[in-house]
Amino acid sequence: MIVKSSARVFVSWVIGVGLIFVITGFAAAADTIKLGVAGAHSGDLASYGLPTKRAAELVVKEFNAKGGVLGKKVEILAEDDVCKPEVATNTATRLVSGGAHVVLGHICSGATKTALGIYKDAGIIAMSSSATNPELTQSGKYPNFFRTIASDDAQARLDAGFAMDVLKVKKIAVLHDKGDYGKGLAEYARSFIEASNKAKVVLFEGITPGAVDYSAVVNKIKQSGAEAVIYGGYHPEASSIVIQMRKKRMNTYFISDDGVKDDTFIKVAGKAAEGVYASGPKDTTKNPLAIAAIAAHKKAYNADPGAFFLNGYAAAQALLTAIQKAKSTKYADVAKALRTEPVDTPLGRIKFDKNGDAIGVGFSMYQVKNGVYVETSTAASDPAAPKKKR
Amino acid sequence: MDYFLELFFGGLTRGSIYALIALGYTMVYGIIELINFAHGEIYMIGAFTALIVSSVLAFAGLSGLSVLFLAAAAAIVYSAAHGFTVEKIGYKPLRQAPRLSPLISAIGMSIFLQNYVMLAQTSDFLPFPSLLPDLPFLSDLEIGIGSTEAIILMTTAVSMVLLTLLIKFTKMGKAMRATAQDRNMAMLVGVDVNRTISYTFIIGSTLAAIGGVLIASHIGRINFYIGFIAGIKAFTAAVLGGIGSIPGAVLGALVLGWTESFATGYVSSDYEDVFAFLLLVIILIVRPSGLLGRSTAQKV
Amino acid sequence: MTAIAQIRQSLIVALWFMFLTFPILVIRVNTIENIIEWRWVNMLYAGAGSFLGSFAWRYLLERKSRAAGKDGGPVRTAEATAAEAKPWWRRLREERQYRYPALSVLAVVATIFPFLPFTSTYQINIVTNALLYVMLGLGLNIVVGLAGLLHLGYVAFYAVGAYSYALLHYHFGIGFWTALPLGALLATLFGILLGFPVLRLRGDYLAIVTLGFAEITRLVLENWNEFSFGPSGIAGIPRPGLFGLEMDLHGATIYFYFLMIALCLLTIFVVNRLQNSRIGRAWVALREDETACEAMGVNATAAKLTAFALGSTWAGLAGVVFAAKTTFVNPASFTFLESAMILSIVVLGGMGSILGVILGAFILILTPEYLRAFSEYRMLLFGLIMVMMMIFRPQGIVKGERRIYEFHRKPEDRE
Repeated sequence: MIVKSSARVFVSWVIGVGLIFVITGFAAAADTIKLGVAGAHSGDLASYGLPTKRAAELVVKEFNAKGGVLGKKVEILAEDDVCKPEVATNTATRLVSGGAHVVLGHICSGATKTALGIYKDAGIIAMSSSATNPELTQSGKYPNFFRTIASDDAQARLDAGFAMDVLKVKKIAVLHDKGDYGKGLAEYARSFIEASNKAKVVLFEGITPGAVDYSAVVNKIKQSGAEAVIYGGYHPEASSIVIQMRKKRMNTYFISDDGVKDDTFIKVAGKAAEGVYASGPKDTTKNPLAIAAIAAHKKAYNADPGAFFLNGYAAAQALLTAIQKAKSTKYADVAKALRTEPVDTPLGRIKFDKNGDAIGVGFSMYQVKNGVYVETSTAASDPAAPKKKR
Repeated sequence: MDYFLELFFGGLTRGSIYALIALGYTMVYGIIELINFAHGEIYMIGAFTALIVSSVLAFAGLSGLSVLFLAAAAAIVYSAAHGFTVEKIGYKPLRQAPRLSPLISAIGMSIFLQNYVMLAQTSDFLPFPSLLPDLPFLSDLEIGIGSTEAIILMTTAVSMVLLTLLIKFTKMGKAMRATAQDRNMAMLVGVDVNRTISYTFIIGSTLAAIGGVLIASHIGRINFYIGFIAGIKAFTAAVLGGIGSIPGAVLGALVLGWTESFATGYVSSDYEDVFAFLLLVIILIVRPSGLLGRSTAQKV
Repeated sequence: MTAIAQIRQSLIVALWFMFLTFPILVIRVNTIENIIEWRWVNMLYAGAGSFLGSFAWRYLLERKSRAAGKDGGPVRTAEATAAEAKPWWRRLREERQYRYPALSVLAVVATIFPFLPFTSTYQINIVTNALLYVMLGLGLNIVVGLAGLLHLGYVAFYAVGAYSYALLHYHFGIGFWTALPLGALLATLFGILLGFPVLRLRGDYLAIVTLGFAEITRLVLENWNEFSFGPSGIAGIPRPGLFGLEMDLHGATIYFYFLMIALCLLTIFVVNRLQNSRIGRAWVALREDETACEAMGVNATAAKLTAFALGSTWAGLAGVVFAAKTTFVNPASFTFLESAMILSIVVLGGMGSILGVILGAFILILTPEYLRAFSEYRMLLFGLIMVMMMIFRPQGIVKGERRIYEFHRKPEDRE
């Protein structure tokens, strides 16, 4: 009995796997332009990956409605990497094997770094909507990488500068969520503050994301006498900290990043969100393309788009347009088109510099006023300026 | 001194939430010697049910305490139902199996439930309404304890007392203790073991649901992943106190809460979890069966 | 059970599940937009699904209990198994006329696999990944399967191996082949270091302490920027070279595949020899009954320590390979879930059985990859498969076999 049943378990598994293999193998046979979309589509970071995937789907639908690219239909190869580097190697090789011509992704910087080596070997261009690690573009190690979002250091400089020059505070607490993104940003912010000598970092701490509460950290901020908090991380933790700070009747300034510049933050934090500053991509919601993209999302999913949706939308448009303008899917041609041919996207008219950063994509500072983020006029930043100093 | 008190109460609040979840772990472990990894997910489902029910009620125009009670009741009912079902499907067929099999089944359950909620609801964080009433006089007292904290502490304390009474004085409590001591012997003297185990899961899940509602209104946001981290912490607390021991779970949870709070307050929150786990390791090296665990003589 | 009773029971199950899944599956609230969405059709699916599922469930459970009944109770006693016809894997393993042909077929398949026309780089890559987990599984099998110590922090040693290579390369430019033994050595030392304090602990206390150690390791890697570069990790770790040969992606993947095959063969060889050695038998004795084992004169402390150390060695080796394979390490790869996955490989495959662990690794690592066709649903299915496998094959796919020494009298000795 054991003989049969275990043999059967194994055999049926083999057959099942074989079937799936065959089905998926055949599905990828048609002649199309293949846009790989890689990122976290499941797991705890799915909410940062799914909007980009949806954006890609909408863009592809739009392009296909107009007759495709180079006369061929565009097809999406969506692969999940759960934002883990080790899974990203599988995802990347699968996209390469599946014949992807260009890749939109990945979402997290770590996974992106791992996957880029594979794309580089295969001669594929990858463009991320959300990987902000400065090294990705500035180190020169990843020539095949482009992104439609500005890097962390530009943003940290804006946050720190805003606190010191506009709010004129002398004592700043810098917090982060121990993550790749948050900690990187916080460290840049700290080094900018320390280098400027205009203010002091009185507290530099990492909080544990997902912890049941943050009252101890909030008490510590209070104890440190900080006049402003700069937080590097995402909105879920930020809202908890802000709520607890306001509950303790602290009116310390709270300055954060584009992980917090999300309407969800305002809804979650409610009244506590009033007055919070957050840097975010320059306001493009008045851009007609952005309005159209958001409307398309609302129509398709009956909900507001999530994080990095417009960045993902712009990236998908940039990639497909570049193929169209280069009249080729070859690495060198597409890369050249991306660097030379400007394209109209929801983020404005963009093209890419030699490092792969989008020119014209920058950050400005927002403040929550009456439940909405309003761009503050005092701190418009020029993202090109800090980079020249480097 | 104020700073110390604030950290003290913060740790106490955190600890009492851990305690509510840790009790579920310790009760299940006491009765079937299984680390129920899906317990954190039960807590998450409790919080989600409360969110859904309260939103529907708010939509229907209700407000105030009635929403809180109805949402909490629904959370308890559904958490208990999930706990019951998880046991029936995942663990009951494995009563006679090798010891690690139910553990793997529990890990599978945990992955399944997380993804089930994520797919059926959303992967985003959702704001959780602050259902708990505001007691402004507390913050006026300036002793470093807010109204939510106070409510959490009171609810936890009341739940503990009720649980202790239930286990000490009811027939079902007696059956639980008998089953925990020796399942076969309990069966022989006429205890319906399967039913007792089901009750244990239901009670554990109820406490987790209460914890879920409290913590969700305290921090004001939930997603499908909250159960995992809270579960690991609560499990640590249960072992710290001596797994299988009910007062041990509470003590362990409070010690853990305070350790984290003071570590953050006086050292750095970078290493808050490192301190928590180091404390665990040190306590277990000194007392190998936890703070209040009985060191059972090995049967040869 | 009569048909009507069957149907009635399934109906009850279906109603129960419709009730159970009601809030989560039917109502979706968007507290941000204040929209409530009612999806009644889901309730129908839940009801129909559980109605049909409950038939299958009962049928399978009944079959399982019938199978168990035939063997005379749950499959436990060695006599019961021995009395039966030899299971297929034992025939393959023990009888020469099957064993050698089977092994050679396997060897041929393994050799030509990367060169088959339909194997893409991706296929080779995921199989290489599975082989990496074979190594990890076999290493953990020493601790959990043989010595019976529930270890929930195995991933810490994996991390030690991976970071050894990453850091040694970063600071001193040390290559893969030098880092491989060094990583293993460091992981072993770390294992001994962890082994000492936990020797006194038993069962689940041991489990939580190992889990705690793994979390501490990960948190230190995450926070101690000066040492480990924190959460942004270390990028640009080179793949192993082959006499300075330049390889494209496909070539490098194939090379890695064969490297993994070689390392797996080494692991299998060593674990196999260990299993039947003096220390291997001491581990099994320790697993079965610690007290009795000590009474028989086995040095339990030494046995536990060697189990930990040897288990860690393989994790260290695998870690170095992991770093070279992904070319990037960061602490996010070494979470508790990873430990749980490796443990699942051991338990699902069959504790103490080498063949079982190999099958377990292939199933657990390849299933999510092949389930990619189901995109969002793949982890859901994966969890479900894990539960079902455990329920219907609680001893694992291949039950661990103990070598049995029998005493046979020579015929001429008979009186």
